[in-house]
Amino acid sequence: MRAMNYRGPYRIRVDEKPMPRIEHPRDAVVKVTRSCICGSDLHLYHGMVPDTRVGQTFGHEFCGIVEEVGPEVENLKAGDHVLVPFNIACGQCHFCKQGLFGNCHESNPQATAVGGIFGYSHTAGGYDGGQAEYARVPYADFGPTIIPDWMDPDDAVLLTDVVPTGYQAAEMAGIQKGDTVVVFGAGPVGMLAARSAWLFGAGRVIVIDHIDYRLEFVRDFAPAEVYNFKELDDVVVFMKKTTDGLGADVCIDAVGAEATGSMLQTILGKRLKLESGSAIALHWAINSVKKGGVVSIVGVYGPTGNMVPIGNVVNKGLTIRANQASVKRLLPRLIEHVRVGNLNPKAIISHRVPLDDIADAYHIFSDKLDECIKPVLLPSAA
Amino acid sequence: MSETRVAMRTSNPAKTVDHAMIVGWGVDANPQNDPTYPYRDRSEDDHSGEWQRPTQQEPDIELLKSVEHKWLPAVFGTASPPSGLSGSMRRLAFRWSESNWAHWLLLIGADRVNMIEGVIEDLAHSQIPNIPKEMGVPAEWRHNKTGLIKKVGVTAAIVGTVTALFLAQKKAREPEMRNALNP
Ligand SMILES: NC(=O)c1ccc[n+]([C@@H]2O[C@H](COP(=O)([O-])OP(=O)(O)OC[C@H]3O[C@@H](n4cnc5c(N)ncnc54)[C@H](O)[C@@H]3O)[C@@H](O)[C@H]2O)c1
Ligand SMILES: [Zn+2]
Ligand SMILES: [Zn+2]
Repeated sequence: MRAMNYRGPYRIRVDEKPMPRIEHPRDAVVKVTRSCICGSDLHLYHGMVPDTRVGQTFGHEFCGIVEEVGPEVENLKAGDHVLVPFNIACGQCHFCKQGLFGNCHESNPQATAVGGIFGYSHTAGGYDGGQAEYARVPYADFGPTIIPDWMDPDDAVLLTDVVPTGYQAAEMAGIQKGDTVVVFGAGPVGMLAARSAWLFGAGRVIVIDHIDYRLEFVRDFAPAEVYNFKELDDVVVFMKKTTDGLGADVCIDAVGAEATGSMLQTILGKRLKLESGSAIALHWAINSVKKGGVVSIVGVYGPTGNMVPIGNVVNKGLTIRANQASVKRLLPRLIEHVRVGNLNPKAIISHRVPLDDIADAYHIFSDKLDECIKPVLLPSAA
Repeated sequence: MSETRVAMRTSNPAKTVDHAMIVGWGVDANPQNDPTYPYRDRSEDDHSGEWQRPTQQEPDIELLKSVEHKWLPAVFGTASPPSGLSGSMRRLAFRWSESNWAHWLLLIGADRVNMIEGVIEDLAHSQIPNIPKEMGVPAEWRHNKTGLIKKVGVTAAIVGTVTALFLAQKKAREPEMRNALNP
């Protein structure tokens, strides 16, 4: 089959690879119909995630048709069209029992701090992912969800990650009616976080980024007030000014370890790798939120450490909430939101790219060329 | 041109947003969702650290396991098992916990070594990797011509300057060398 093949930082291609097979009684093999490139894939692509091995196939956002199931999978059959949550979760361990499906303890030997994720380095379990014609799906009796007949597959594929992640960012923020919510990052995740903030009753939603075409898009999509941080002298002072000197009730970090905006953090984190990337967006979030406020983090950081003003977290009495999205927990609610029109995820899809041109797609998404927001990959067999 | 761009609409001129206009506004509002809101379901939190375990996947490849794990998780990926020098570095890294810098620095180092191993492996299969294509240079050419020309220009200038300096230095040292050889 054709599959993405990682060759090192900034270098990927599509090669022939062996077909995935059933390796565990609860596995399925899924023929991929659509898969996406995520902001999280960029951390792999830029060589920032430790234990990213040459030869791996990335891809944790995909949907497709069940090809084959293992003997313990009774609720799926060949031919079912499913969307596959990005977390590999057993559904029965200590953490899954608490609905923490992004933190499963039975899917990743290489690390305890993170559960298994499709195509996301060996630090997240060493699985080949869905940027391929076929993928092995473990715990197939638990994770995959049959796509309802009425649902557009473009919406379905976005329900595997960005929609639940954006929604959970707003949910974890504990938004109360009338709250002012600031979202750092106008990528797909930030866009969905801003949109979801309204669903929780936000009174005001502000999005910060430095890429104008993305800000323009989210101004309509969320909708939201938008500001380009390159045009502000000091983001934090601006946030204070626009909130009567108090700060926002809630700040959401939808940027993660590749943040721009601080030369110091860029050198220490992105160039010298002395921190797990640059944490300037989180730094701004902590300093822009009001005392007693909530900082909700879904932006991804590496496993070592980052420079953030933790003293201010203490002095301001902040609550920090963060996680990998628990996709399976949120799916019923989100499918309903899509059905009634509260959420329109597919509007963020900006590019459709044949799987064979994946190297171009990564480059365009990584460098934000051609006004790229969310690229979808189409395997030729699909 | 390979990728197709989807036409998108952007037009909202207003800066502020009236939430009364938002479809679904407040439908999930929940006054109890303050920071202690149970997004974690504690009803089955038994604190025992034991559960009905899934069937164990049998490892048929070499697997590295975090020393923080009590047992081998039931399921794991079998992509790219450790091999070569990078594999030895990874094995070494797994002596330390996820809390230890040595663990992660060794893994990052292994990743860089692995990249070189990848090129050697390609060549061994008489495949010369098309690095510009792998790096998306065709897309850069389509969407950022000036940027690409600038990058190529800067790289050429740097390479040119370094080569010129090197040659000049070598020339300057040649008489010295000759003198050193013929005392
Ligand atoms: N927790 C989860 O479950 C989960 C799931 C998916 C993605 N993520 C993470 O969410 C983050 C965003 O993902 P995405 O797909 O939207 O990526 P993306 O790269 O498309 O978007 C990131 C955006 O942040 C902007 N940005 C950079 N520095 C900034 C700063 N200092 N302040 C404000 N904005 C800044 C960039 O210009 C870009 O538009 C990534 O870190 C990704 O790994 C987390
Ligand atoms: Zn993702
Ligand atoms: Zn589990």
